[in-house]
Amino acid sequence: MDRRITVARLLERFSLSKEAHLVTANGTLVTEDRMLERDDAVRIIRVISGG
Amino acid sequence: MRLPQYNTALCADDFIAFFEKRVAHTIRKYGLLRGKDKSLVAVSGGKDSLSLWHVVNKLGFPADGIYIDLGIDRYSEVSFRKAAMMADRLQRRLYSFSLSEIFSSGVSDLARITKRPACSLCGTIKRYVMNRACTGCGYSVLATGHNLDDEASALLGNILHWKEEYLWKKAVVLEAEGGSLAKKVKPFFLCSEKETAAYALVNHIDYVYEECPYSKGAKTLLYKDLLNRIEDVSPATKIAFVKGYLKRAREEGAKEQAEKGKASCRECGYPSHGERCNFCRLVERFGTGSAVRFRTHEPHPS
Repeated sequence: MDRRITVARLLERFSLSKEAHLVTANGTLVTEDRMLERDDAVRIIRVISGG
Repeated sequence: MRLPQYNTALCADDFIAFFEKRVAHTIRKYGLLRGKDKSLVAVSGGKDSLSLWHVVNKLGFPADGIYIDLGIDRYSEVSFRKAAMMADRLQRRLYSFSLSEIFSSGVSDLARITKRPACSLCGTIKRYVMNRACTGCGYSVLATGHNLDDEASALLGNILHWKEEYLWKKAVVLEAEGGSLAKKVKPFFLCSEKETAAYALVNHIDYVYEECPYSKGAKTLLYKDLLNRIEDVSPATKIAFVKGYLKRAREEGAKEQAEKGKASCRECGYPSHGERCNFCRLVERFGTGSAVRFRTHEPHPS
C-alpha cells in the first residue's frame, strides 16, 4: 500500500461489504478501525460461500 | 472482532468463548444435541462444516464426520484433504462416500446426462447420502453447518418468488421420522457466515477457500450480497429476519405436516412423492448397480 489506511476505508475503496469480508494484517484478524501501515501484509478474505 | 449486531467488539480469545457460548445456547434452547446422542457432522472441507465439527466436539458432544466426494476433480481432492486433517486434529472417524462408485461419473457428467442443474442434483444426492450415512452407520443425529446467511438468503429467495411449498420447511431442528429419516440439526442457524469464518481463522482451522466451481452465478450469492449490504447499514437485520421467521414457522410448519400424507420409497424407505425416491430413481437409470457404501477413515494418532 502507498499510504496508511484504516481497514474500513480499504474495504470502501474496493466497494466490499464489511459483513462479507474479514481482514488480516500480518496473519492476525483485525477490526475495521485498525490503521494499516504501509509495510503490513494485508489479506482480505471473502467469507461468503454459495451454491 | 467487531460484532455490531451485538453492539460489541472482542479480542480473539473472548470471541471464541462468545461464539461457543452462543452455539451451546442454540443447542440447548432447541434441543439439538444431547449427551447420549451419537452424532454425525456433514463435512465438506469448508469453513462452516469444519468449524461446526470442531465446536461440537469441544462443547462435549462427540461427533464423527461424513464427507461426500462429488467427483469435482481438484476441488474434491482438496476438500477431502481438509476434512481428513480435521479428523486427525479431533481424533474422530471420518466416513466418505464417492459418487463415482455408484454412477461411474462425477456430478457434472451426471448433471449433463440427467439434464438437471449440477447444484440441484448435488443437493438431492447430498441430502440422501448424509441421511443414509446417519441411519445406516448407527448415528442418531446429523448436524450440518448451515449458518444465518444461508438461512436468510434461502428465506429471501423463497419469499421473492413465493415458493410457498418450501417457505415453512426451514427449521433449526427436523426430528427423526420412522427409521428412515435421521434427526437433522443446524447449530449455526443463528451465527453469521462472518462469525463462522472468524472462528475458523482464530482457531487455525485450515479450510477450502476456493468456491465450488458450480456455484458461479448462483442466486444464493446475490441474495447474500444484498442482505449483507443491508446489514452493513442496519446491523442485526439478518438475525431479526430469521428469528421472526422461526417464530412463525413453528405454527405454519405444524399445520402443513398435518395436512399432507407421507409416502416412502419402496426400495429404501426414504420419504418420496412417488413409489421411488429421487436417489433410487437416479440409481435405477444411471447407476452401476453398486450399493451405497461408505469408506471409513480412522484418524492418524496425534
